[in-house]
Amino acid sequence: MPDELILAVTVNDEPVRRLVPANRSLLDLLREDLGLTGSKHGCDVGDCGACTVLVDGVPRLSCISLAASCEGAEVRTVEGLAKDGVLHPIQEALHTHVAAQCGYCTPGIAMALSALLDEDPTPDDDALREALGANICRCTGYTKILQAARHVVDANRGALVRDTGTSK
Amino acid sequence: MSQGETDPGSSANRQPQPEGYLGPEETHSGAEAEGGVVGSGGRGKIDGRRRITGEARFVDDLSLPRMAHCKVLRSPYAHARILSIDTQPALAMDGVLAVVTGPDLPVRHGAIPVAQDETALAVDKVRYVGEPVACVCATTEELAWEAARRVRVVYEVLEPVLSIEEALDPESPVIHDWRRKKSNVLRRVRQAFGDVDAAMAEADLVLEEEYDYPGSTHVPLETHAALAVPSEDDRLTVYSSTQNPHYMHRTLARVLGLEQSRIRLVKPDVGAGYGGKCDTFVTDICAAHCARLLGRPVKFVLEREEVFYAHRGRHRTRMWLKVGMKADGTITAIDFEAWAEGGAYASYGVVTAYYLGVFGTLPYQLEHYRFTTWRVYTNHPPCGPKRGHGALQPRFALELHLDRMWKELGLDPVAQRVRQCVEPDTETVNGLRVTSVGLEQCLKRVTEASHYAAQAGKLPPGKGIGLAASVYMCGALHPVYQNEMPHSGVQLKVDRSGLVTIFSGTADVGQGSNHMLACLVAERLGIRPEDCVVVEADSDLTPVDLGSYSSRVTFMAGNAALQAADRVRAVLFRHAAAKLEAREEELVAADGFICVDREPGRRLAFADAVELAESVEGTLGATGSYRPPKIGNRFRRQSVGPSPSYSFTAQVAEVTVDEETGEITVDRVWCAHDLGRVLHPEIAEGQVEGCVYMGVGEALLEEQAYRRDGTLLAPSILEYRIPTVYDTPEIHALLVESHDPEGPFGAKEVGEGPQLSTVPAIAAAIHDAVGIWLTAPPFTPEKVLRALKKRDRSRSQPRPAGPGHTHLELLR
Repeated sequence: MPDELILAVTVNDEPVRRLVPANRSLLDLLREDLGLTGSKHGCDVGDCGACTVLVDGVPRLSCISLAASCEGAEVRTVEGLAKDGVLHPIQEALHTHVAAQCGYCTPGIAMALSALLDEDPTPDDDALREALGANICRCTGYTKILQAARHVVDANRGALVRDTGTSK
Repeated sequence: MSQGETDPGSSANRQPQPEGYLGPEETHSGAEAEGGVVGSGGRGKIDGRRRITGEARFVDDLSLPRMAHCKVLRSPYAHARILSIDTQPALAMDGVLAVVTGPDLPVRHGAIPVAQDETALAVDKVRYVGEPVACVCATTEELAWEAARRVRVVYEVLEPVLSIEEALDPESPVIHDWRRKKSNVLRRVRQAFGDVDAAMAEADLVLEEEYDYPGSTHVPLETHAALAVPSEDDRLTVYSSTQNPHYMHRTLARVLGLEQSRIRLVKPDVGAGYGGKCDTFVTDICAAHCARLLGRPVKFVLEREEVFYAHRGRHRTRMWLKVGMKADGTITAIDFEAWAEGGAYASYGVVTAYYLGVFGTLPYQLEHYRFTTWRVYTNHPPCGPKRGHGALQPRFALELHLDRMWKELGLDPVAQRVRQCVEPDTETVNGLRVTSVGLEQCLKRVTEASHYAAQAGKLPPGKGIGLAASVYMCGALHPVYQNEMPHSGVQLKVDRSGLVTIFSGTADVGQGSNHMLACLVAERLGIRPEDCVVVEADSDLTPVDLGSYSSRVTFMAGNAALQAADRVRAVLFRHAAAKLEAREEELVAADGFICVDREPGRRLAFADAVELAESVEGTLGATGSYRPPKIGNRFRRQSVGPSPSYSFTAQVAEVTVDEETGEITVDRVWCAHDLGRVLHPEIAEGQVEGCVYMGVGEALLEEQAYRRDGTLLAPSILEYRIPTVYDTPEIHALLVESHDPEGPFGAKEVGEGPQLSTVPAIAAAIHDAVGIWLTAPPFTPEKVLRALKKRDRSRSQPRPAGPGHTHLELLR
């Protein structure tokens, strides 16, 4: 295996081509090489979830993912979660519910929940918990985080009812 | 917190006590919140948006050109003499810029002036596994790590002291052999009030029990980090993930031998602390030292495992408690002893020794009280303040103890708590001045919401409900170092655009103190919190605030902010009144206007009022400060513990106990907290929820436990079991307002107090479910099964008479 390789990925809709060491973690690629410091080092061994990003739409612990494993993939970080300057609904809800106290775990939590909500706009509580299962928040007791997520689910359900006249 | 006790001539003890001095020039407990800001929520916090977009900048997110990195080599031994250190193998590596060892930074420092016993890097001796020994600064983090492991240290291994018993054994080695006192006791505190023995003799029921509260650690998601940047004008900027920037500022100046004015200390966004970031750490001192040495920026970020060894967490505390009670449930006397295992250095341990004892006279009326507490050194990572510092362990013991006695007497524990609760505007036997008391309301709210009365003792087997109450402080009357200066300062700059900039030395570490300041200022000036910007914790820019510890910030910095806002308001009102042809008393500031009795026609937009005032007065701005009232100090050694006000909490926990597996599930918790006044509902609820969450962790899962060689059993987030979303119960935060006469708009603390009654409420619920009193958290399946077995045995045999425990006798 070579020591270095040229990696081509898309990060937050922008194509990136970089010479990276073969052992570079995805988190270090994002933080050190691309200056995207939103994803955090919390433990560096995959225990806390603060580094969660989406790789092809799926939550991934970037601290224990090799950058090299993302060749050709679409990577999305918290910096790329807002679309056209509009926050993702889960970001807006996390903000208004004050679900981010210190905010260190929040990027990972926002990514994990956005992945679920983009896939299933009206998940039940079990699905919300499952989405958060790999993320540690030491401040909130998850209470406001779950409230924020439920708020988005309720809004989505309302939109579904309005759009189709049926509820899930 | 104060060093008053060892300084018999300390000025605080000799001072005449002015009568009726209330601290802040004006208080706002009765003030009408006319701006509609206080108590309103639903729009997040002013600095919340950057936390959900990735824009927040924590120390590790800061990078500078030519930045070098530090890593340390740590001790593999719990107790050993350093015979030699060979730094050459590290220095010889390309890219290694410097290697620093203990003698390079010999000045001893510590959180409390009377207990300055640690150095950034070990000098002569190591006192715990994981103690930093040598620091390497290199061009990359990886290289620094690699090089640190090449530093060769020769140790002479010494016998370690690894328990409270060993620490107190006169035959054990003395960990700090340089101290005048050749003992492993950092501090013993003994205080007695009334006649405990006589009152105990008059009691109808006396219960004696031992409790063992485990050590636990904070685990803030952001690891400790510092970035030090030298500048050409011979100054040094240090960015640190700290809760107490002011104390760190002083410490760094002393350790580095620099004038404080040569150091700019900045606290950027901090990924929480819960007490774990109150001290000055190796990261801060070594980054600063290396930056000066090398003339380039130096960053030092701890790895997760290192944070477990940096610790400063909850002291494991063994307790002996004896309470006397009348047949009607009245508490006649409390006799209490506690031994706190403090690890290798003092940190805030002197304060811990006091906090273990002084709050025993609250929240129930008590005339006869005696306590002795010890805080001892051991060869474990140092303990320090963790949420509910020192007051939490005895609260667990006392609440469980009283609940048990009232139940034994066939009395209603809720009614007893209400009946015996301290009255507002009274003083306890040990001189704690109590102002507002909302405990009765807390008990009412929490029992109603949880349907406690209908369920206690009536749930099906394996299901239980339990209740506990607690009390906490709103900041300490005395700073860590004695002085007459304000504890909090706030400066306001009022811009022509209508923007108000709040400069404050407070350290928001996630608890929302920035929003608190903006909320109070906006309320007084009739604008929105979003119209304010907070510049916090930058020693070049912001007035001193003592820090985010002892739940002091809302009460103290809040009052300082109000005073500054009032001064600006007075100027604006003077000019607005003239313009609007009204009397100043008729003016109201609300909704972005200064108006005459809210008449839509007679009003001035806030920015226009600023312009008008500035055109006459010149640049607008004001300062405010807060100094606690000069109360207490009735007797020597009373300086640690008293607070300008106290918060109260009652909570109910509902649990399920699986008698087959011993597994406990906390299903729901209702926590009612008397925070004086709600300034922002979601922030306040979030503090309550976070406290309960942390309490659930301590009740069921968390323990900072060691092997016999002094290494940690669980130095990772995986092994040290933090509650995940699956382990966390449904939490209902109920906010109770008692309108404190001196708090800002009546507000008190909310960030720590709610945690104090979580564990005893869960323990009481376990008793309700399966009839066992568990006295040693965390309540693991092993402990539950053992207690269930004991319960089943004692059901078949008569109970032995008298207290069954004598083990702690050995410690006295």
